[in-house]
Amino acid sequence: MSDHQPNQSPNILLDLRNLTTRFYTEDGVVHAVNGISYTLEEGGRLGVVGESGCGKSVHALSIMRLIPSPPGRIEEGEVWFDGRDLLKVSNADMHHVRGAEIAMVFQDPMTSLNPVYTVGFQIMEALKLHQGMDDAQARERSGELLALVGIPEAFQRLDDYPHQFSGGMRQRAMIAMALSCNPKLLIADEPTTALDVTIQAQIVELVKRLQEKLGMAVMWITHDLGVVAGMARKINVMYAGYIVERGNVKDIYGRPRHPYTVGLMGSLPRLDAASGARLVSIPGMPPDLIDLPPGCPFAARCTYALDQCLEEMPPLEEVEGDNHIVACWRWKQVAEAHHGEGK
Amino acid sequence: MGAERASLVQVRHLKKYFPITRGAIIQRHVGDIKAVDDVSFDIYKGETLGLVGETGSGKTTVGRTMLRLYEPTEGEIIFDGTDLMALKGGELRHMRRRMQMIFQDPYASLNPRMTVGSIIAEPLEVHAVSQGKEKHRRMQELLRVVGLNPYFANRYPHEFSGGQRQRIGIARALALNPDLIICDEPISSLDVSIQAQVVNLLEDLQSQWGLTYLFIAHDLSMVRHISDRMAVMYLGKIMELTDRDEIYLNPLHPYTQALMSAVPVPDPLVEEKRQRIILEGDIPSPAHPPVGCNFSTRCPRAIDICSEVEPEFIEVKPGHFCACHLVERES
Repeated sequence: MSDHQPNQSPNILLDLRNLTTRFYTEDGVVHAVNGISYTLEEGGRLGVVGESGCGKSVHALSIMRLIPSPPGRIEEGEVWFDGRDLLKVSNADMHHVRGAEIAMVFQDPMTSLNPVYTVGFQIMEALKLHQGMDDAQARERSGELLALVGIPEAFQRLDDYPHQFSGGMRQRAMIAMALSCNPKLLIADEPTTALDVTIQAQIVELVKRLQEKLGMAVMWITHDLGVVAGMARKINVMYAGYIVERGNVKDIYGRPRHPYTVGLMGSLPRLDAASGARLVSIPGMPPDLIDLPPGCPFAARCTYALDQCLEEMPPLEEVEGDNHIVACWRWKQVAEAHHGEGK
Repeated sequence: MGAERASLVQVRHLKKYFPITRGAIIQRHVGDIKAVDDVSFDIYKGETLGLVGETGSGKTTVGRTMLRLYEPTEGEIIFDGTDLMALKGGELRHMRRRMQMIFQDPYASLNPRMTVGSIIAEPLEVHAVSQGKEKHRRMQELLRVVGLNPYFANRYPHEFSGGQRQRIGIARALALNPDLIICDEPISSLDVSIQAQVVNLLEDLQSQWGLTYLFIAHDLSMVRHISDRMAVMYLGKIMELTDRDEIYLNPLHPYTQALMSAVPVPDPLVEEKRQRIILEGDIPSPAHPPVGCNFSTRCPRAIDICSEVEPEFIEVKPGHFCACHLVERES
C-alpha cells in the first residue's frame, strides 16, 4: 500500500470523502448528496437515518456506483473501500466488488427478485459467478444459506418461485443472496419498511445475529429511528443531502445536538410514553433539492436559526470528543436548552 | 358495556366475507376470504378508538364496512341509536353526513382534475348544505382550520406535498360537520416530521369540534399516542380491546404481548434491555384461517384447546376485552 492512500488503518473498511452526487433533470440540478465524509470500520454497525429525499439511499447507490447515468452523476469525492477508491476502479473490478465484497438488500423484495427464476437459481447465480462453484456445490451452499436465514425446509424451498414466498421470506432470501459471497459490507436500504412489525422484528434479529456470526460491517439505512436504536453503534443523521449529525448511538439518542435530530426525536411517539404528551412537530417542509438555500438547509424550519444560519452552511464541528460531530452554528445553545449543559 | 359512557357507534358481530369464485363466465362460489369475522366493539362519544393490526388483519375493512362502503355479510351497526343496516338510499346518504373518512393515500384520494376548493366544497354541494357565497366562505374557513392558506383554493392537488394533501383530505372530511371520522392510515405515507404535524392537527380538531375518531393504523406507537382505547386485530378478529395504558402495561393476549415487544423504541438504552418475543412464521391466509383460535399457529403459549375451539371475546376485567383460552382460564 503506498503512502498517499488514506485508509491505512487496518480497521477502517469504508472511507467516504466529500462524496457529491447530483441529478441533471429537466427541472434543474437536484443536489442529492452534498459532500459527505465519514468512515466505517470493519465489522461496524452504522445506521443512516433521515426522511425521504435526504440522500440516504442515493449515497449508498453512489458507493455501489449504481447511480443511473444520465441523469445522475457522481461529481466529486472518493470512496475508499478496502484500500482502493471505488470511483476509480474499472467497471469489471466494480462488478466483482458488487456482490462479492459489498452486498445490498433493498426495500422491496418482490421487485428485487426476478419472478421468472426460482429462488434457488438466483442465489446459485451469484455463487457460480463470484465464487466459481459448479452447480452441485452452488446448490448445496444455497440450501445452507436459506437455512442460515431461517427458512424452514430450506432445500425443498430452493425450487420455489419468489411469488410462493411471503414478504418476510423474500427478504430473508434476499439476505441469503447478499451473504452468499461473504461480503465485507452489507448495505441494507430500508429492508423492513414494507414488512409488518412482527416480521420486521424477525429480520432485525436475523441481521444482528448474522452480523455477530459472520463479522461483516452493516450499514442500515432507514427513516425509522426505532429500528436502528437497537442495532447500530454509530448513527449518521442526514438532511437535504448533508450529514448534519454523527455520533455513537447513545449520544445521538440521549443527547442530540442538531435541532433537526432534536425535532425528529420529538416528532416520534414512543410506545413506552405516558399519556397526554403532545408531539413536538417540526414546522414546514424539507427544502427543494433543486433550489437549495445558501446557508444551513434546515434554517427555514429551525427555531434556533439566526441570520448567519441563512447565509452560511455550518461546518461539521466536534462535540466534546468521541467522534460526535454536528453541523450547526448554535449546537451549544441547543445542548443547553435540551440537556442543561454548557452553563 | 360502559353504561356510564354514551356510545356513538355500537358494532355487533360484524362480518365481511369476500367470495372467492372460479370460472370465467359461470362463476362458482368456492370459498370466502373472511376479512372481518365477527367483531364487536363500541366507540364512545368524543373518544379516539385505535384499531391496530398487521397487513391483512381486516382493520381497513372494518372501517369501510362500518360506513357501508362494503355491504356487511352479517352483523349490526348502530350509529347514535339508528341501525345503519336498516337504512336505504337517501336515508343512508343523509346519515353519512355524520360519518366521514380520511384515506391513507393522499395522492389517490384527491381528484387531480379538481381544484382544492372544489374538492372541499363538493360534499357541501352533494348534500345541498350550502350554496354560492356561503359555500365559498365555508370552504375558505375549512382551509384555514386545517392550516392551509385560503389563497390555495384555486390550485390543483399536484401542487401540494403529501402532508398538505392530507390536510386537504381532512378539510373535506370536516366539511359536513361530522360526528365520527374514520381515519384509515392517515399518516402512513408521510415522513416522520410531517406525521407529527398531521397528528397534532387531528388532536386539535378533536378538542375544538368534539369529534369522535376511529383511528386505523399499523404503527402501534402512533396509535397508542393518539387513542383513548385500542383494539388489536389479527386475521379478521379483535384479539384484545382496552384502554391505551392498560394494553401497554398489562397486555393479556399473547399476540398483543408479541406485537408490543416487536415495536422498536427509539432509545438505545431501552432497546439493550428489552426482551423480544419473536413470533415464528407468517400470518395465515384469511381464506383458510386456522381451526380454533386464529393465532394458534404462531402462538408461543398455545395449548391443545387453542387449535380446536374458537375462544370467545369476553370482558375479563371491567373495560378489558380479550379472546384467549388461557386468559379466560386464569381470570
